[in-house]
Amino acid sequence: MTNPLNKLIVSTFAALAAVACSVVGGALAAGGAVEHPKHLHWHFDGPFGEFDKEAVQRGYQVYSTVCASCHSMDLLAFRNLGQKGGPLYLEECPAGFPSNLDCSNPNDNPIVKAIAAQFQVEDGPDDSGDMFMRPALPADRFVGPYANEQQARVANNGAMPPDLSLIVKARHGGANYIYSLLTGYAEAPETVTIAPGQYYNPYFHGDMATNMKEGTLDEEGHPLEGIKIPVGGVLAMAPPLSDGMIEYASADVPQTVDQYARDVTEFLAWAAEPKMEARKSLGRMTVIYLLILSGIVYWSYREIWSDQH
Amino acid sequence: MSHHPSTYNPGTAFERWLDKRLPILRLGYDSFVDYPTPKNLNYWWTFGGILAVCLVIQIITGVVLAMHYTPHVDHAFASVEHIMRDVNYGWLMRYVHANGASMFFLAVYIHMLRGLYYGSYKEPREMPWILGVVIFLLMMATAFMGYVLPWGQMSFWGATVITNILGAIPVLGDPIKTLLWGGPAVDNPTLNRFFALHYLLPFAIFGVVALHIWAFHVPGNNNPSGVEIKDVKKDTVPFHPYYTVKDGFAIAVFLTVMALFVFFNPNGLGHPDNYIEANPLSTPASIVPEWYFLPFYAILRAVTFDIGPISSKLGGVIAMFGSILVLFVLPWLDTSKVRSMRYRPVARWWFFLFVISCIALGWLGGKPAEGAYVMFSQIFTAYYFGFFLIIIPLLGLLETPKPLPKSIAESVLKKKSNPPGALDPQAAPAE
Repeated sequence: MTNPLNKLIVSTFAALAAVACSVVGGALAAGGAVEHPKHLHWHFDGPFGEFDKEAVQRGYQVYSTVCASCHSMDLLAFRNLGQKGGPLYLEECPAGFPSNLDCSNPNDNPIVKAIAAQFQVEDGPDDSGDMFMRPALPADRFVGPYANEQQARVANNGAMPPDLSLIVKARHGGANYIYSLLTGYAEAPETVTIAPGQYYNPYFHGDMATNMKEGTLDEEGHPLEGIKIPVGGVLAMAPPLSDGMIEYASADVPQTVDQYARDVTEFLAWAAEPKMEARKSLGRMTVIYLLILSGIVYWSYREIWSDQH
Repeated sequence: MSHHPSTYNPGTAFERWLDKRLPILRLGYDSFVDYPTPKNLNYWWTFGGILAVCLVIQIITGVVLAMHYTPHVDHAFASVEHIMRDVNYGWLMRYVHANGASMFFLAVYIHMLRGLYYGSYKEPREMPWILGVVIFLLMMATAFMGYVLPWGQMSFWGATVITNILGAIPVLGDPIKTLLWGGPAVDNPTLNRFFALHYLLPFAIFGVVALHIWAFHVPGNNNPSGVEIKDVKKDTVPFHPYYTVKDGFAIAVFLTVMALFVFFNPNGLGHPDNYIEANPLSTPASIVPEWYFLPFYAILRAVTFDIGPISSKLGGVIAMFGSILVLFVLPWLDTSKVRSMRYRPVARWWFFLFVISCIALGWLGGKPAEGAYVMFSQIFTAYYFGFFLIIIPLLGLLETPKPLPKSIAESVLKKKSNPPGALDPQAAPAE
């Protein structure tokens, strides 16, 4: 390293590194306006993770009794509940059904049929050219709570409740974020005003600077000394869950906000990626296959090149 | 080594019949079987074969996806979810295609840096390099348009931002924009033409890849020593089985890495916002391109100042396109006759700093364009251009290279008598 050109390189490196450390530190401190989601261990985490079928079932119960009154799930059909890997999948029919019925086919799954039949969908035109309402079939999509976006907005203080089909994949933090949001509602700090119909949640992405009370900010919009802009944001969804609001079939499962939130998140994770279990099991076999293949080809490589080494 | 006499010997009556009429088997044999290949190629040279596999995977999965996809703003998003939920193994096709694009770019960046380090662009290999840059441009266009097709929020807003930027080009900007959009904004006509072009361009890539291979088969492969083949017997081995098996091993390892993404973290390289259907009335909090475009995005945003009559917006566009176009003239910017940086003790450090700059630009491209991030983007952008326009031309004049080995055979023997890796950190473990 006696070359003068090399000295120049080394000093360039050193200068850049020094400036980078100081500036990046400052930049990081300026960010972070939202509470980091709680980190839970999910049944579906990791390469061997699968959905907890009972939790997904309970989660569907939470969704259909609470969430579904405002949120659609347009990408889901009732048949999805009864398909392989779905929460209501049956390998064979329960006792009392004809023996030639194949309940592993979601269209013949009696539970799925019963759930679908609770909803009315428009069909037609009939022979006289009129549209008519009929009970839904397993092949029909989930029936949303509103006819259109305008109706949804007018019912929700101007806000549009997002479709939940893909919500776990459509948010940073995924399942952890959904769980944190549902369980994370908090009393708003004293420094902010929350408009009626709005709710404070430290996990929601928003800009609390716009909610600061008068007298907490200086003329340039920076907080006065000793005052901090709270993390999180405000949203139009009231805390949707409360202890004991849904009765689970099993008495062993706690009927708490925490449990409801875990279950509905498990359901939403399944709904966002219903083929996850098939994916992981094919993936395990594929990776094992490729590792063995790599080993065999590497051995062949050593063998073929042995006369050259 | 196209000057190498053909050794193909048609063994069957059919082969003899065909060889007189269309000697395609002879071409294949001379190009990929008994093709004299430098015996010292290390693992960095396996990325050519890996890239060929990437292209084939993208085309096969892409054709299947196209059978189920609907290029219409009202149906595109739902049709992708239909592929994910209802098409048999549709989820596999889509995740392989989406992650395949990332792996394709990872491989092409390594392949380009290999060419840069070992001087594969230098006389007489300018054509393979130039054709490579053409392939890279076509890949970028294809990937950009492909990302628009699912019609998620990032698809729509990415397309809007990038096509709007082209509007900064004087005189031609507006016509180009109109031509891309097919109307006054990104909308259904845009999606339709992007789909048509996304299906077309990979076949153009395929054609240029054939030219690329042809072009480097004329002078023969470069190699880590950078010295030309002197004696075919001592310096080379036939491509098959020596390099088919070595490339095969590298491809298997590469596919394993790809499988880990596809099966266990298929959305890890994507953005959650693209699982929200495109909404022209709602702008996402931050609009970022896919990771493989981030360095160029950082260069685009690094120009925050007007230069005389050139607005900062136009300056950014010039810098972004210039960062790729400069590669076309690299063979003539480099004044050094020594190909491999193994024998260029100073140049290799500037090269490593260049690699760091590219990674840093990639990181900065994903950050908001404010404060220190902008300043650092400017520093690394300056280095990016400085490397090609100042450092590379000057180094060839100022640097004293190490003595070159007399032949490929000598460089291999010399390395074996030294402890492995003592001279060259780039040495492949299994040579």
